[in-house]
Amino acid sequence: MKNYKTIVLSNQEISPGYFRMRLLTPGFSEHARPGQFLMMRVQRSLPPLLRRPFGIFRTGFMPGDCEGMEPKEYTEILYKVVGRGTSIMADLHRGDRVEVLGPLGRGFDAGDPGREKILVGGGIGLVPLYMLADSLKPAGSVRLLMGGRTRDDILAVTEFERLGVETYVSTDDGSLGEEGFVTQVLERKLTKYPRAMVYACGPMPMLDAVYRICRKHSVPLQVSLEALMACGVGACLGCVVKGAGHTEETPRYLCSCKEGPVFRAEQLEWTRLGLEDGYCEGCKS
Amino acid sequence: MQERRCTESGRPDLSVDIAGIHLKNPVMPASGTFGYGEEYAPYLDVEKIGAIVTKGLSLKPKAGNPTPRIAETISGMLNAIGLQNVGVDDFVKYKLPFLREVNTPVIANFFGNTLTEYGEVAKRLSDIPEIAGVELNISCPNVKKGGIVFGTDPAAAAEVVTLVRKNLSKPLIVKLTPNVTDITVIARAVEEAGADAISCINTLTGMAVDVNTRRPRLANRTGGLSGPAIRPVALRMVHQVVQAVKVPVIGVGGIVRPMDAIEFLIVGARAVQVGTANFVDPQAMITIIEGIEEFLIDEGLDDIDQLIGSLEL
Ligand SMILES: Cc1cc2nc3c(=O)[nH]c(=O)nc-3n(C[C@H](O)[C@H](O)[C@H](O)COP(=O)(O)OP(=O)(O)OC[C@H]3O[C@@H](n4cnc5c(N)ncnc54)[C@H](O)[C@@H]3O)c2cc1C
Ligand SMILES: Cc1cc2nc3c(=O)[nH]c(=O)nc-3n(C[C@H](O)[C@H](O)[C@H](O)COP(=O)(O)O)c2cc1C
Ligand code: FES
Repeated sequence: MKNYKTIVLSNQEISPGYFRMRLLTPGFSEHARPGQFLMMRVQRSLPPLLRRPFGIFRTGFMPGDCEGMEPKEYTEILYKVVGRGTSIMADLHRGDRVEVLGPLGRGFDAGDPGREKILVGGGIGLVPLYMLADSLKPAGSVRLLMGGRTRDDILAVTEFERLGVETYVSTDDGSLGEEGFVTQVLERKLTKYPRAMVYACGPMPMLDAVYRICRKHSVPLQVSLEALMACGVGACLGCVVKGAGHTEETPRYLCSCKEGPVFRAEQLEWTRLGLEDGYCEGCKS
Repeated sequence: MQERRCTESGRPDLSVDIAGIHLKNPVMPASGTFGYGEEYAPYLDVEKIGAIVTKGLSLKPKAGNPTPRIAETISGMLNAIGLQNVGVDDFVKYKLPFLREVNTPVIANFFGNTLTEYGEVAKRLSDIPEIAGVELNISCPNVKKGGIVFGTDPAAAAEVVTLVRKNLSKPLIVKLTPNVTDITVIARAVEEAGADAISCINTLTGMAVDVNTRRPRLANRTGGLSGPAIRPVALRMVHQVVQAVKVPVIGVGGIVRPMDAIEFLIVGARAVQVGTANFVDPQAMITIIEGIEEFLIDEGLDDIDQLIGSLEL
């Protein structure tokens, strides 16, 4: 956990409206676990005032610029341009200065090695699943079910395939892969692999559907949630989500930057989780 | 320019006294933006800051408001956390062990839902030797009971301060709300009732609307505005309160850079609190301390007292 005053190594548009950014972060990968995130200050001046949270897609080493130079340790994020902060990010170039705080939060739990691993990603929600797939792969087969509205929302599938992950793509409009929701694919897979465990990240309505399917099939589920964040370190309590047993009379909130962003499904109060609150950007789309 | 004297270290003396609490420098976090100290310990040397101010404590743990609780606005943020906290007992059990090991004074911010509860929390905090002083919050805009009703009426403010004073054997700082017509009236009332110092200001009540859904962006509908957007208002109020009372005043509101803090010191604040800026830059307080020191050196001043209240009118 550190605040990196660092630079952008590269920043490319990988699909319309989606970018991949590499940041120079020496020493970061040693601490980063699958499912963790970072808080990024998009420019040194204000506004925007607050940092933006982003999942860690992966970490790695790039060869130095010339021969004999030290390799550069990088952290890669994938982001969707949605508002002020991400628009500024889209205009950043190699060498531009940014600040990142991280790695933050609690990531995924590797889970029972005897179970089939099924990863479900919706749009940009695929981000935290790459490091997870990479870490689960040595122990057995890993499947990725990737859903998006159109083909433009399907990201980085080849990267997963390179890890040896079996990938299944679905789009709402059928422009890539199977037509329909990713949850239909999940239903089929769970019928075929009843001893599976599921890891999911995506828009709230998708997570809600995934939760219902997993409960029906009695398989364990871990989800990575999005919440509005100001500090990212557990100090402001702005990012809470409803924990199991939450009611209006006995509110029970979990701090999503510190106790999450990854939760086991049974930690959360699904009947009242977020859907009506609209704290999740994904709900709007 | 003043003649230059040198302290033993050759560096200017940044230490200040607030109601008998000795601070090595005048910079501390604003309550609610620094957790219980531990949360930010990986990112800055907490022993370098003047004091640690805790999240507002209540008698019983408090769950806080529904989500969404925060919204970003122009140069500021709205929050409606609703004073979520672990409660005094769990604070002692789980949070104090960390604070005990830190070599800087701890100031406990607290509130109550009722007058009796204010008194009870004060009593409990009085018994904790590791707490150097307390900051009484009569100014939170985000809770229905307690909080702001005590802070907007001079008689109610005086009543709660009198009661807390009776139950407390420690320095008492009272934190004021800006959501009043004349802040000096409240300031004088709490001074007379026994406040040893005043911090000013808490957040300004604000609102934001999502134009797509046409719903308020906070579940609570309104929230407290903080950050650079409120600094000029805070500075004006600190200036007014400094004129109105004799007790030391702590300036709070939108401080991000060293010069912001220096403005508050010049109008007469004896210390400052840094809030929202911690979220943006966890090193902000350290940068501010170093910036104040540099400013004193540049101005040829060897004691921060020469800067405090040096406003030319
Ligand atoms: C743990 C976590 C991991 C995330 N990982 C990714 C990722 O890998 N890739 C990606 O593209 N997006 C990710 N997001 C969402 C991303 O943080 C928002 O899309 C981004 O903050 C929007 O900023 P903006 O300035 O462009 O939008 P604006 O709408 O201008 O932002 C206004 C405010 O709302 C906040 N905000 C808006 N949308 C969200 C949101 N969905 N979640 C949290 N805060 C939001 C912003 O931080 C800002 O404070 C993640 C969010 C969380 C909480
Ligand atoms: C997320 C958040 C939580 C806060 N919680 C408290 C609190 O518990 N008690 C209190 O007295 N003030 C609380 N405040 C108010 C701050 O201490 C401070 O008065 C205000 O934010 C203005 O300072 P700033 O502009 O530097 O942030 C809170 C502010 C924020 C942003
Ligand atoms: S974002 Fe501040 S506590 Fe989670």
